[in-house]
Amino acid sequence: MNIDGIQNGYVIDHIHAGKAMLIYHYLGLDRLDCSVAIIKNAKSQRMGRKDIIKIDELIPIDLEILGYIDPHVTVNIIRDGERIDKKHLALPERVVNVIRCKNPRCITQIEQDIEHVFVLADRDKGTYRCLYCEVAHRNEEKP
Amino acid sequence: MRHMLDITDWSIEEINALMDQADEIIARPDDYADAMRRKKLASLFYEPSTRTRLSFEAAMIELGGHVLGFSDAGSSSASKGESVSDTVRTVGCYADIIAMRHPKEGAPTVAAQFSPVPVINAGDGGHNHPTQTLADLLTIRREKGRVDRLVVGMCGDLQFGRTVHSLMSAMSRYPEVSFVLISPEELKIPGYLRESMRRQGVPLMEVEKLEDVIPALDILYMTRVQRERFFNEADYVRLKDSYILDPDKMTLARKDLTVLHPLPRVNEISHAVDNDPRACYFKQVLNGKYMRMALILKLLEATK
Ligand SMILES: [Zn+2]
Repeated sequence: MNIDGIQNGYVIDHIHAGKAMLIYHYLGLDRLDCSVAIIKNAKSQRMGRKDIIKIDELIPIDLEILGYIDPHVTVNIIRDGERIDKKHLALPERVVNVIRCKNPRCITQIEQDIEHVFVLADRDKGTYRCLYCEVAHRNEEKP
Repeated sequence: MRHMLDITDWSIEEINALMDQADEIIARPDDYADAMRRKKLASLFYEPSTRTRLSFEAAMIELGGHVLGFSDAGSSSASKGESVSDTVRTVGCYADIIAMRHPKEGAPTVAAQFSPVPVINAGDGGHNHPTQTLADLLTIRREKGRVDRLVVGMCGDLQFGRTVHSLMSAMSRYPEVSFVLISPEELKIPGYLRESMRRQGVPLMEVEKLEDVIPALDILYMTRVQRERFFNEADYVRLKDSYILDPDKMTLARKDLTVLHPLPRVNEISHAVDNDPRACYFKQVLNGKYMRMALILKLLEATK
């Protein structure tokens, strides 16, 4: 794959077409000083179309959030212009403070200062349930 | 530290042990009269539920303990906006165990995260009510001598009835239990529960009328069907009598049927059924107290 321009950083590949901006937002990439490239609708043999994000710095990346937003992405770690590692992601068992429960009867609607925790209930369907009220968070609403 | 938040957090071995403990208390109540001497139960009821609160309080008193707490949010710190987490950290300084009733779903789970003492969920909105399920299970075991190999009829509002969902989740873990679900089309069990039963291979049969299936049942668990829940008046008129248990339907049932109801009832079981020896819903109330005693003992023994 093409890692041109990146010396030390990441190439986040195989992003579901259209989700790059969501990942940009959730990883806080807007707050970085280094160069970040977003490639939208790149051609992919496997996926038809995909998005790619390149980050020119080895910042800490929350792979759990990334896996939650899109479990099919691969993260290539680049050091001195070479790919030194490639991580395949999966849906995390828990996501904390990423999504909020929409159930109006849930305690998280009124209790201040608690973590908003969702637990993976069905890996095949990608269903998460609120730790407190167990109401499912539907995937199309995510995050 | 152990809590009782959701019945499915406890294994069937642990639930069986609680039932053994309850049987033991019933057989020898005097042996337990001082078991919780100088211990205090805080009953934190953010909404009124007199039956459940009295059951917890009676359970603690019969173990020789004491009770403190509040019986509705208006008389508590909650009305001044105190969080659940602060309330339980405060109450945990005085009490040895907490029973919490709350209109918001998951409130006892929040409480358990912050409480220095064990928390029992005494009902959280439409979500869980595990001590009701413990009462149901003990009644079934005492009446039938077992919790497995039973045909269990669930009748009424199966969509919103948390006691139905919880009892099904608990009983589906015992071998050879099958369910006959009796409800109008619009009040069938939720999809996630049907899916969970399917995954466990638990046989389900869904019908509209109680009279069609009552002869096959070992257990009949009645719940109320509210008129407002029907989509149309025609269905309501056609079906309403199917969800009322009366002496005529009881003549179709087995001689050893066990009829349960989480109470309070409105009109779904006619009073003429009350004297039938198969009507066990008041025994269920009593068994609820014994299971709460067993649970308090278990949770406080675990913290020693
Ligand atoms: Zn929730």
